[in-house]
Amino acid sequence: MASYDVIVLGGGPAGYVCAIRATQLGLSAAVVEKDKLGGVCVNIGCIPTKALLHSARMAGVIAHEAKDLGIEVGAVTTHYGVAMKRSRKVSEQNSRGVEFLMKKHKVTVIKGTGSLLPGKKVKVGVETHEAKKAIVIATGSRVKGIPQIGLGINKTTVISSDEALFLEQAPATLAVIGAGAVGCEFADIFAAFGSKVTLIEALPRILPIEDAECSDAVAKTYKKRGIDIFAGAKVTKAEVGPNGVTLTLEVGGKAQTVVAEKVLMAAGRAVNTEAMGFKEAGVQLTDRGWVKVSLATLETTAPGIYCIGDVAGPPMLAHKGSREGMFVAELIAGHTPHPIRYDNIPSVTYCHPEVASIGLTEEQCTEKKLDFQVGRFPFSANGRARASNETDGFVKIIRDKKYSEILGAHIVGGHASEMIHELAVARENEYTVEEIDLTVHAHPTLSEAIAEAALDSMGRAIHI
Amino acid sequence: MATNVLMEALSPTMEEGRLVEWKKQEGDTVAAGDVLAEVETDKAVMDLVARAPGVMLKHLVPAGTTLAVGKTVGVIGKVGEVISIAPAVATPPPAAPAVVATAVAAAVAPSPTALPPVAADGVAARVKASPLARKIAADRGVDLARVQGSGPEGRVVARDLDRATPSTAPAAAFRPAVSAGASFTDVPLSQLRKTIAKRLAQSIGPVPTFYLTSEIDMERVWEAREALNAGSAADRNEAGKASKISINDIIIKAVAAALKQHPACNAWWQDDRIRYWNDVHVSMAVAIDDGLITPVIRHADQKSLRQISAESRELAGRARERRLAPEEYTGGTFSVSNLGMFEIDQFTAVINPPEAGILAVGGTVQKPVVQDGLVVVRRRMRVTLSCDHRIIDGATGAAFLKTLKLMLENPLALVW
Repeated sequence: MASYDVIVLGGGPAGYVCAIRATQLGLSAAVVEKDKLGGVCVNIGCIPTKALLHSARMAGVIAHEAKDLGIEVGAVTTHYGVAMKRSRKVSEQNSRGVEFLMKKHKVTVIKGTGSLLPGKKVKVGVETHEAKKAIVIATGSRVKGIPQIGLGINKTTVISSDEALFLEQAPATLAVIGAGAVGCEFADIFAAFGSKVTLIEALPRILPIEDAECSDAVAKTYKKRGIDIFAGAKVTKAEVGPNGVTLTLEVGGKAQTVVAEKVLMAAGRAVNTEAMGFKEAGVQLTDRGWVKVSLATLETTAPGIYCIGDVAGPPMLAHKGSREGMFVAELIAGHTPHPIRYDNIPSVTYCHPEVASIGLTEEQCTEKKLDFQVGRFPFSANGRARASNETDGFVKIIRDKKYSEILGAHIVGGHASEMIHELAVARENEYTVEEIDLTVHAHPTLSEAIAEAALDSMGRAIHI
Repeated sequence: MATNVLMEALSPTMEEGRLVEWKKQEGDTVAAGDVLAEVETDKAVMDLVARAPGVMLKHLVPAGTTLAVGKTVGVIGKVGEVISIAPAVATPPPAAPAVVATAVAAAVAPSPTALPPVAADGVAARVKASPLARKIAADRGVDLARVQGSGPEGRVVARDLDRATPSTAPAAAFRPAVSAGASFTDVPLSQLRKTIAKRLAQSIGPVPTFYLTSEIDMERVWEAREALNAGSAADRNEAGKASKISINDIIIKAVAAALKQHPACNAWWQDDRIRYWNDVHVSMAVAIDDGLITPVIRHADQKSLRQISAESRELAGRARERRLAPEEYTGGTFSVSNLGMFEIDQFTAVINPPEAGILAVGGTVQKPVVQDGLVVVRRRMRVTLSCDHRIIDGATGAAFLKTLKLMLENPLALVW
C-alpha cells in the first residue's frame, strides 16, 4: 500500500494545480486520473474550443475583411474537420504539458478511477493508497442533456460539446440549447463554418449572467452574422429522428418550430459525485448535488477530505478550481492562505466579440440599491480599435458614488478576455476608478478605453 | 540550545538602544529574569533581562554600543556549548515587553498605557492600506495606523474598517453615564464636532491649540504652604528629613480637583471619538539633562497633598536619573509644566497628545495690585492653559481656569 501526504482525485485544472502546490510546500502528492491529464478544460473544454474559435475568427476576417485590408484571397472555403484536428493537436500538447509538470514536481499519477475508503484511503483498481494528511476531491463535471423534454444526449442528432469537438464536418443546420458561455461559443464556431445556427435560451436574454448591455451587444452582432436567437424560449416538444430534430418552442406566448440536423445541448453540467464511495466516507452533498464544503476551508463533512473545482460548487470555471487547489494545498501544508475572493473571479466568453466581466452587473447594483454611476466607452471611439477593425463593443465600469470603488466592470470587444485583468487587479487591491485614471495608459491601445470608461464614471471622459 | 539576547524595545517609541554596561560577564551563570545589561533608551536607562537560564556565553557587542531594536547583543547557553558567533539579524520581538523591565514596575494602576500608533518594533511604520480603505478612513475620520489590517502583509482593506468603526452606531448619542469600573467614557464625534475638528486642524496644524491666561492671587496658597511646612517640620518623617510641600504640589492637587469638575478638559483626542477620563492622571513636566519627560501622578484627584508631594519628588528624582519605567511616563490625562523656578512670568506650553490640555505655570512673584481701590502688594502667579480646540472650546477652557483660580485663591476649596 503506497502512501502519500495528499491524494487528489481528478487531474483537471483544480486537481493537478493542487498537487503541484502541495509538492512545492514539501508534501508528497498523487493524482488519480482515469483519462488524460488536464481534465475537461485541456481535453474537451477550454483549450480545444479556443483553437476552434481562433479558426472561426480567422474565417470571419478572411471572408469579410481581407479585401478591405488590401488582401485578395478569392473564394473562401472552410473545413471544420481540419480545424477540429488542429484543435486536437493543441489539446494533446497541453495534456502532455501537464504530464511534464507532474514529473517535474514529482507528483505520482495513478491511472484509473479512485474511490474513497474509510480511514483516508483511496482504492484504484485493486490497489489501495493511503493519504497521510488529506484527500482532495476534484472530480469535476460533465455534460448533460435534458431527457425530461426528450433531449437526452444520443451522440448523433442530440449532441453535447463532447461530440461537437470531434465532428468531421459542420452540420448544415444546428440548434444550440442554452446560450451561456458554452452555447454562445459553439454558435459562433459553427456559424463561421457555414452552419445555419439557431441559439435558444430559456432566460430572457443570451449570456444571462452577464450585464444586459453585454448580452445585447453580442446578440446584435450574432444577428448580423445570421444567427437566429430565441431568448425567453421554452422547448415544449422535441421530435428526435435519425437525420434531424424538430423542436417546438414557445416564445412570448407564440409557438415556433425549429428544424435542425443536430441539436447541441449546452444547458448546464452535471457534477461527478457518483460511484466513488463519497457517501460511505461521510462526504455529504448539498440539495443541489454539489459536495458540501465549509466555505472557509473547503473541507467536506468528512474530516481530512477536501473538495475543489466544479464539484465543490459554482462558478464552474477552471481558474476558480485552480485557485481553490492552491488554497487547499497551502491549508493542508499548515499555512494560512489568503481567503479566496469569490466576488472577484473574472467571467469570460470567448465568442466574437468577446465578453469579459468582473464584479456586479448594473442590474445587481440596482437590486442591491447601491448608489452608483456607470462609465462607458465604446471601441468605436478608440483609435487602436478602428485601426484593427475591431470597433464592436465597449468598456463599462460601475463606480460606487461615495468612495469610487469599482463595483463591476464589463467589456465587450475583440480582446476583452485579455483586458479584464487590469480591472481584476484593481479590484483585488481595492484600487478605485481614480487609480485607474492615474495609471498612464499607452497610446494607442484598446486599454485606453478602460481609462476612459473610468473617467466617464466620474463624468469626465476625454475622447467622447 | 543557545538563546540570543536581543536589543529589546524597552519603551513604546524605542528604535535603538545604547548598551551602557554589561551586568553579567561572559561565563557568569544567569537565571531567567536576571539583569544582563543596562540599556539607555530614548527615555530612560532600563534593564535588559535574561529570557532563558544558562551561562552568559558571549557578549557580541562591547558596552557603549548603540544598536537597533532586534539586533543580537549576546548569547546565553550551556557551559561549553559551541555557538555560531555570527550576530544573527533577528527580527524584533513582538511588542515592547516593558513589563519585564524591572524598574519599579509593580503596583501601577492597570488603566492607561500609551496608545502610540507605532508598529511592534517601535518604528512608526508606513501604514499599508488600499486606496479604497484610505478613502473610507478619511471619510469616517479613522486613523489607519490603529486598524488591524487583514490583507496581504497586514494591509488594511475596506472590510477591516467595517470592523473597526461601527458605522451603524448612532454617531451623536452622548453617553456620559458609565458602568461602575469603567475608567473612561468614549463619546463618538458628532458631525458638528467633526467639522469643528477638521476646520481647526486645517487652520493651525495637527493639534489646533489656543491659549488662555489667568493671573491668580497666591497669598493664601503661600500662607497655607508655610503653615503646612511649619507643622511637618516638627514631625519629621522616618528618614529624618522634612517633607516640604511645594507650590507645584498644591497646583497639581488643585488642577486634579478642578479637572474632576471639568471632565471636558480631562480627555484624549482619539481621532474618531473623544475619550473622557473618569480618572485624573496628571503628567508633570520634568526637565532632565538633555530633554524633558513627563512622569504621571496617577489618580491625583484621590491623593492627599502629602502623597502628591512625596510621589512627585520621588518621580522627578528618578526621572533625572533616567530610571523611569515606560508606564510611569505614559497615560496621563492632563499635563502641568512649571517654569516658575526659572523666574518665568508667563509662557505657553505645547500639548502632549492625545491629552486635551496642558497648564503652563509661571513664577509666583510679589507685585502691586489694586484691591478695594488701594494699591497693595500681593503674591501673584500667571498660568496659561493650552487647549486642543477639537476637544475644548474657549468657554470650556475658561470655566476650568476659573475653577482652578477659585481653588487656589481659596485653598479651603480643595478640602471642601
